[in-house]
Amino acid sequence: MNAPAQLTAKDYASSEDVRWCPGCGDYAILKVVTQVLAKVGARREDTVFVSGIGCSSRLPYYLETYGFHTIHGRAPAVATGIKLANPALDVWVITGDGDGLSIGGNHLLHVLRRNVDLNILLFNNEIYGLTKGQFSPTSRIGTRSPASPGGSIDRPVSAGAFALGAGARFIARAIDTDKTGLTEVLEAGYAYQGASFIEIYQNCIVYNDNVFGDFTDKARAVDSQLHVRHGEPLVFGEGGSKGLRLDRRTLSLEVVDARAHADDVFVHDETNPVLAQLLLALQPPEFPVALGVLHRVPGQSYDQAFLAAHPTRLARTRSVTDVLRQTKVWRVG
Amino acid sequence: MSDKQTTESIVIRLAGDSGDGVQLMGTQFVSATAAAGSDFATFPDYPAEIRAPAGTTYGVSAYQINLGGGPITTAGDAPQVLVAFNPAALKVSLPLVAENALIVLNTDTFTQRNLSKAGYDSDPRESGALDGFQVVPLDITTLTLEAVKSFGLSKSDAGRCKNFWALGALQWMLGRDVETIEQWVTQRFAKQETLREANLAALRAGHAYGETAELSAAIPRFRVARASFAAGEYRGIRGSEALALGLAAAAELADRKLIFCSYPITPASPLLHRLANLGDLGIGVFQAEDEIAAVCAALGASYAGAIGVTSSSGPGIALKTEAIGLAISAELPLLIVDSQRGGPSTGLPTKTEQSDLYQAVYGRNADAPVPVLAARSPGDCFDVAIEAVRIAIRHMTPVILLTDGYLANAAEPWLLPKLDDYRPIEVNRVTETAANDAGVAPAFLRDPKTLGRPWITPGMAGLMYRVGGLEKDIRSGNISYDADNHQRMTEMRARKVESVADFIPDQVVELGRNTGKVAVVGWGSTYGAIYQAVGSMTGHGVSHIHIRHLCPFPQNLARLLSGFERVLVPEMNMGQLSTLLRDQLGINPVPLPKVTGQPFLVSELRQAISKELQLAGSVRRPTMIRRDVV
Repeated sequence: MNAPAQLTAKDYASSEDVRWCPGCGDYAILKVVTQVLAKVGARREDTVFVSGIGCSSRLPYYLETYGFHTIHGRAPAVATGIKLANPALDVWVITGDGDGLSIGGNHLLHVLRRNVDLNILLFNNEIYGLTKGQFSPTSRIGTRSPASPGGSIDRPVSAGAFALGAGARFIARAIDTDKTGLTEVLEAGYAYQGASFIEIYQNCIVYNDNVFGDFTDKARAVDSQLHVRHGEPLVFGEGGSKGLRLDRRTLSLEVVDARAHADDVFVHDETNPVLAQLLLALQPPEFPVALGVLHRVPGQSYDQAFLAAHPTRLARTRSVTDVLRQTKVWRVG
Repeated sequence: MSDKQTTESIVIRLAGDSGDGVQLMGTQFVSATAAAGSDFATFPDYPAEIRAPAGTTYGVSAYQINLGGGPITTAGDAPQVLVAFNPAALKVSLPLVAENALIVLNTDTFTQRNLSKAGYDSDPRESGALDGFQVVPLDITTLTLEAVKSFGLSKSDAGRCKNFWALGALQWMLGRDVETIEQWVTQRFAKQETLREANLAALRAGHAYGETAELSAAIPRFRVARASFAAGEYRGIRGSEALALGLAAAAELADRKLIFCSYPITPASPLLHRLANLGDLGIGVFQAEDEIAAVCAALGASYAGAIGVTSSSGPGIALKTEAIGLAISAELPLLIVDSQRGGPSTGLPTKTEQSDLYQAVYGRNADAPVPVLAARSPGDCFDVAIEAVRIAIRHMTPVILLTDGYLANAAEPWLLPKLDDYRPIEVNRVTETAANDAGVAPAFLRDPKTLGRPWITPGMAGLMYRVGGLEKDIRSGNISYDADNHQRMTEMRARKVESVADFIPDQVVELGRNTGKVAVVGWGSTYGAIYQAVGSMTGHGVSHIHIRHLCPFPQNLARLLSGFERVLVPEMNMGQLSTLLRDQLGINPVPLPKVTGQPFLVSELRQAISKELQLAGSVRRPTMIRRDVV
């Protein structure tokens, strides 16, 4: 959309006081969101941020756009209704690991399979923050919390693998403090026509500090992060020294010396869902964490299909008065 | 040919297996009844199972119709004619029929096997079970197979034409031709020549049977009175149809799109199906993944400027509760249609009840009032839908509309409404003064009379606002945990719903005088039965009052009811309106509960009214507990 060029990131910030804990990863995300909105020239009046419940879901209050802070887990459903009523709007969904994958798991499943044109940002901090630190559906086994003093026993869900299984056609990942990577995926998600699912590793400084440290730590980033790009080899490490190769016997990825096996290193194909599944499964310390646009396949969005399938594209082309008579009518007197 | 028995009205019940086509037969018979100029009311009574095992009592599907000179407002207490397609249908229906009723039996189905499936130890035709009834045994299946044998249908396909054979015979019994039904068959099976011709042949054969068969003298015929309708154009209407058209009319009156979001549930689904076919009236239909998504999507649509509507039955409404609270908090219009059914839990999905009144009025966390309306007849659903949407938009609030399984499926003649007779539905807009009032965000500058805020929607430049389920400052709309502000906001939400009473008409008395011994107060689908019962007892000091606006009540209701010695409240629940009247008006009504899944019979209402009339003379029950509310 064409927007007045003069808007800056600050113009997208509302006057409401930001109430996250000092040092929360959400601040960094909020800042990048406003920068991206300015960069893509989003029209504020045509932009809607919809959220559920949780720390992340407070974000819409802090943006000078339209915003709807709904109920726990239901933001995808509310956002779907908004798109049905007005497909021209840019609608963002802000959710978290508890909101999106636990109480709202069903809605996330369906909004992804339908491919509703939404930018879905899932802030994953592997903990329930707003309710004071209980383990979440993405918490690792053994997470000690007020509700699991002996360590949690639930196996965690992988947000990306869930999205892929639900039929998501755009899956990306970023880290809260990685401005470049986050900007890139937010822009890509904004440009994508359909449900763009973006998982953001977000640090909860109070209840789960440094839970992603093994790959977000700046000193280790080069070996623990794989930034994928469509059409380019899957390499990481100092100067791209390491690469990922497909082990054909086990149908899994393995780390190889990228220079010695240059021809064997897999080239990223974002349209390949099998590769997306392999990338989503990579975990430290054996593997780097895959970041960037892991999967992107164009396709008709639900809201466009909804309009296309509608006999009059939602317009009223006749009166109820005409319909009243579409049956046997008899006259008395 | 037998002489025709002339009658003011007649109640006919068709009953058979789920697969016998009884519902189709019923709707076609209704169509023919309308064409013949009689008033009518119907009651489809079908099992919860789609195809229950053949021949069992729990697989019986029935269709009851009361037709005559009118006004006909109920499907009738006791059928005077029963058409039973199998022993199970006879077994289930026999306790309901009138003394000396005419019973037409399809004798082909009275095999030992079917009799035992129906739970008959001996053949009721021989055991004396049918003594006192006029029994007309007909080999309907055999006669149908004979009539359609030239079409080369399989035996089972040919047998399925028997509902049309029976329909033909029924038309003859009422002295009618089969023309309107022929027209329908021709249209319905336009592309299936064999089925079309076979059904037509069966229909004509059934009709001709009456004329030509040797037995014809044994078949009674009836001449039913025609109704004296007010002049105008009429059609038959079912509640779900009227509701769909009413919603479409409301959208047209507000000049907004309507987005209907629903999840399939009995008995609410007919509304979903009907609206799905009204796209060109500016209606979008979304089948959501669950009840919660349905209400949330509808609310999202409202937030974005369309009229968001969701629909369900009791269990589904329970799931939507939290989102209704969000709509209250966000001050957005939303219509929730509740097609009530028997409960609790899954309860009786296909049977009718009025037991969601508590849920509608009281059933939310915190102080969360919403306006509640109820439709009283199939045609009334049209007006109530418009009224509900009008309130939702004027006051920017969710509104609950109560209907039930009986209303959704029942049919009646309906005077076609003229849309020009309805006032347009005005949307609250941002006024210049609103935008200039310092300190108050335009989105939250509420109209002092309705407390409805402007319906600002995304896309409007310069008016961006954030809203949600957190308590907000009464002026700025920003998040506020301030104690005084929460008190004021809670009071504002209560006053908003109370203010609806300033806009609704005074409660009228349907039948009888404005004061008297007994007021029979009802709501919803009991209208017809109460009207009939009170109508037969006028002049004894009894009046019928039927409440459309259940929350808030019309302002004159307390004063009106104080003019009666006793207030009798028949309801298809354990006394929920009685509670509400006690709570809101401080009166002390006499509940008349019924939760059998079947509508009230006129006879049982008459009995209860008689008792109240007697007590009114001797035992004075203090009607008013709190004089102060009058």
